[in-house]
Amino acid sequence: MVSEPHVESLALREQFNSAEQQKDASSLGMWVFLITEVMFFGGAFAAYTVYRSIYPGVFGAASRTLNTTIGALNTAVLLCSSFTMVLAVRAGQLGRRKQIMAFLVLTLILGMVFLGVKGYEWNEKYVEHHIPGPSFQMEGPGLQDHAQLFFSLYFAMTGLHAMHMLVGAGLLSWLLYQTWRGKFSAAYYTPIDMVGLYWHFVDIIWIFLFPLLYLIDRHGH
Amino acid sequence: MTTAVAEERETYLNAGHGVKSWLLTKDHKRIGLLYLFTITFFFFIGGVFATLIRLELLSPHGNLVSSETYNKLFTMHGVVMVFFFLIPSIPATLGNFFLPLMIGARDLAFPRINLLSWYLLVIGGLFAIFAMVAGGVDTGWTFYTPYSTSYSNTWVIATALGIFVAGFSSILTGLNFIVTVHRMRCPGMTWFRMPLFVWAHYATALIQVLGTPVLAVTLVLVLCERMFHIGIFDPALGGDPVLFQHLFWFYSHPAVYIMILPAMGVISELVSTFSRKAIFGYGFVAFSSVAIAVLGFLVWGHHLFVSGQSLFAGMVFSFLSYFVAIPSAIKVFNWTATLYKGSISYATPMLYAFGFIGLFTIGGLTGLFVACLGIDVHVTDTYFVVAHFHYIMVGGAIMGYLGGLHYWWPKITGRMYPEGWAKLSALVIFLGFNLTFFPQFMLGYLGMPRRYHVYPDEFQVLHVLSTAGASVLAVGYLMPLIYFMWSLKYGAIAGRNPWKATGLEWQTDSPPPVHNFDEIPIVTREAYDYSGTVGQEVQVG
Repeated sequence: MVSEPHVESLALREQFNSAEQQKDASSLGMWVFLITEVMFFGGAFAAYTVYRSIYPGVFGAASRTLNTTIGALNTAVLLCSSFTMVLAVRAGQLGRRKQIMAFLVLTLILGMVFLGVKGYEWNEKYVEHHIPGPSFQMEGPGLQDHAQLFFSLYFAMTGLHAMHMLVGAGLLSWLLYQTWRGKFSAAYYTPIDMVGLYWHFVDIIWIFLFPLLYLIDRHGH
Repeated sequence: MTTAVAEERETYLNAGHGVKSWLLTKDHKRIGLLYLFTITFFFFIGGVFATLIRLELLSPHGNLVSSETYNKLFTMHGVVMVFFFLIPSIPATLGNFFLPLMIGARDLAFPRINLLSWYLLVIGGLFAIFAMVAGGVDTGWTFYTPYSTSYSNTWVIATALGIFVAGFSSILTGLNFIVTVHRMRCPGMTWFRMPLFVWAHYATALIQVLGTPVLAVTLVLVLCERMFHIGIFDPALGGDPVLFQHLFWFYSHPAVYIMILPAMGVISELVSTFSRKAIFGYGFVAFSSVAIAVLGFLVWGHHLFVSGQSLFAGMVFSFLSYFVAIPSAIKVFNWTATLYKGSISYATPMLYAFGFIGLFTIGGLTGLFVACLGIDVHVTDTYFVVAHFHYIMVGGAIMGYLGGLHYWWPKITGRMYPEGWAKLSALVIFLGFNLTFFPQFMLGYLGMPRRYHVYPDEFQVLHVLSTAGASVLAVGYLMPLIYFMWSLKYGAIAGRNPWKATGLEWQTDSPPPVHNFDEIPIVTREAYDYSGTVGQEVQVG
C-alpha cells in the first residue's frame, strides 16, 4: 500500500486501501443497517396491519382519540430537524466547523422538542385511561377489549421510535464533541453523513407512524 | 496458545500477548478464534442437555426426571444449540477467519463492529446461562404464545433477552460480511472468481440481515406482552397467538438456512480440493445459495399447517416449500458431478463432505414429506420432524462445520491434526449420528410425539437404539476436542498449502501474518483452477 501524506487526517483505517474505499464501505454499511431497521419496524407494522384488518372499526375509533393537531405539529418539528441535519452535513462537506456545530445543536433541540411533546401526549393517554392494562377504560362496542390492541401497538411503535430518537440524540452529542475537537474537515466528515442517514430514517419511520396511528379515520368528521 | 513455528515469524497468534490482546483484538482471525472457544463451550452445554434427554428416554416411564424438568431440558437444549451454537457456528468462526483471506483483504470492513458482535454473543449467552442456572425455561425453543406470555412460570424474560442480544451479534456479522464482499475484494477478485464459500456466506448474510430483526421485534412484543399483559398476542383481548407463529417462523425458518448455507459453502471447497477439479457448474452452485436465501423467506407457513392457518395459505406454502428442493438438489448433483473423473483423495475433510452429502440428502428428502400437507398432518410434532431437522442441522450443518474445521485447522494453527484419529472420529460420528436419528424417523412415523418423556412400551426398542447412537456420537464429538488440542503442540508443521488447494488463503503463511498477506494478491484466474500448478494461481505483486 502506498501511504499518502494526507492519510492521517483522513483517519484511514488499516484494512482499507484508500479513503474512497473506506467511505464507500461506511456508506454501504449504514444502508445495510437501515435495511435491518426497516425489517425490525416491519414486524410491528405487520402486526398493525393484521389487527387493523380484523378490527377496522375499533382501530378507527381508538385512533380518533389521538390529538391530531399536536401530532401534526410534532411531525413538522421532526421534518425541520431533518432539514437542519441536512444543513449540518452540507456544512461538513464545506468543512465549516462552526456551522456544523450550530446545525447539530439545532437538530438536537428539535429532536428534544419532539420527544417532549411525545411525552406530553403519552401523559394525556395516561390521564384518559388509555394505557392498556387493568386500568384501561374506553366506552363503545368492543372497545374495552379490542381498543387495547390499538394502544398496545401505539405505545410499542411510538416507544420504539422514541428509543431510536434517543439513540440519535446520543449520536448527535457525540458528533458535537468530535466537531468541537476538530475531527472533521471537508476531506473527512463521514460520521456526520452516516448519522444524517440514521436521523432521516428515524424521521421516515414517523412519517409512516403518523398517518397510520392518527389519521386513519378522519375522513368525513 | 503460543506457536512454535520453525522460524520466528510474526503471525496473528504471537503478534500480541496476554488476555487483553485477545479481548480487545480487532483482528478477524483472533475474533474467529474467540467465537470458536465460545461456541464450543455452548456446544458442550447443549450436549449435556441432549445427554440427559436421551438418558431419560431409555425408559418409557419417565423415571429419571420430572415432567417439568424434562420440559426445561428440551427447551434449553434447543435454545443453546440453535441460538448460541448453530447460528454463529460456521459464519462467526470459519467465515470470520477465512472470508477476508479468501477475497484477498486485510480484514473485514468493520473490525470494531466484528469485535462488538462477539461481545454481544457473550452477553446474550450470559443471560441464557443466568436463566438456566436460576431455574431454566420450559416453553420450548419456539416460545409459542400464549404459553410463553401468560402461563409459563419459568425464566422466559431472561432467555428471550439473551436471544434478543445474541441476535444483534448475528445481524452485525451479516452486515460486516455483505460490506466486505462488496467493497474489500482484492484486484482481480471478481464476483465470479470468488470461492463458493464466500458466495454461501454472502447469501447467509442476506438472511441474517433481513430475518433477524423480525425475530428481535417479535421478542420485544413477547416481552411487552409477558411483562404488562397488554394483549398483543392474547386472545382474551382479541389478539392472535398465531400471529406470533407467523412472525417467529418468518425468522426461524430462514434461520435453518443460516445454519446450512455456510456448511454448503464448506462442502463446495472440500469437494473441489479433494477431487482436484473445479466445481461442476460454478454459477449454478453460486446462485443456488442466493436462491435458497430468497426462497427461504417465502416458506415459513409450512410450520403452521396445523395451527389454524387457512387451507389456501397452507397450499401456497406447501407449493413454495417444494421449490427449495430445486436449488438444494442443484448443489448435491453438482457436487456429485464434480467427483466424476476427479482424482479423489479420502482425507478427513473429504470424509465429512461425503457424510454431509448423504445425510443432507436424507434430511432434504424427508423435508419433502413434511412439506406435503397430508403427510404433515400425520407427522406434525412427532419424532419424524425431530429426525428431519436433526439430519439437516446435525447431519448437515455440524458435518460441514467439522469438515471445515479439519480442512482449515493447518491454516489456523500451522499444525496438522492426526489423520488416523481424525478419520476414526469422522467414522464414529457418522455411525453414531445415523444410529441416533434414523430410529427417530420410525418412531415419529409410528406416532411418538416430540417433547414427551412418558411413552408406550412398544417404542422403547427404538428409543434405546437412539440413546445408544447418541453415546457413540458423544464419543465422536469428544475425540476432535482432544486431538485438536494435542495437535497444537505435537502436530506436524503444516506449511502454507498442505492440500495443494487453490484458494488465496493457502497462498499466505500458516498461521497467517496479522494483515493476512505480505502483499495484497492480484487474482488472474477463476476459482478452483486445478489445470496448472498451484503457484501460478496468483501473482503476488
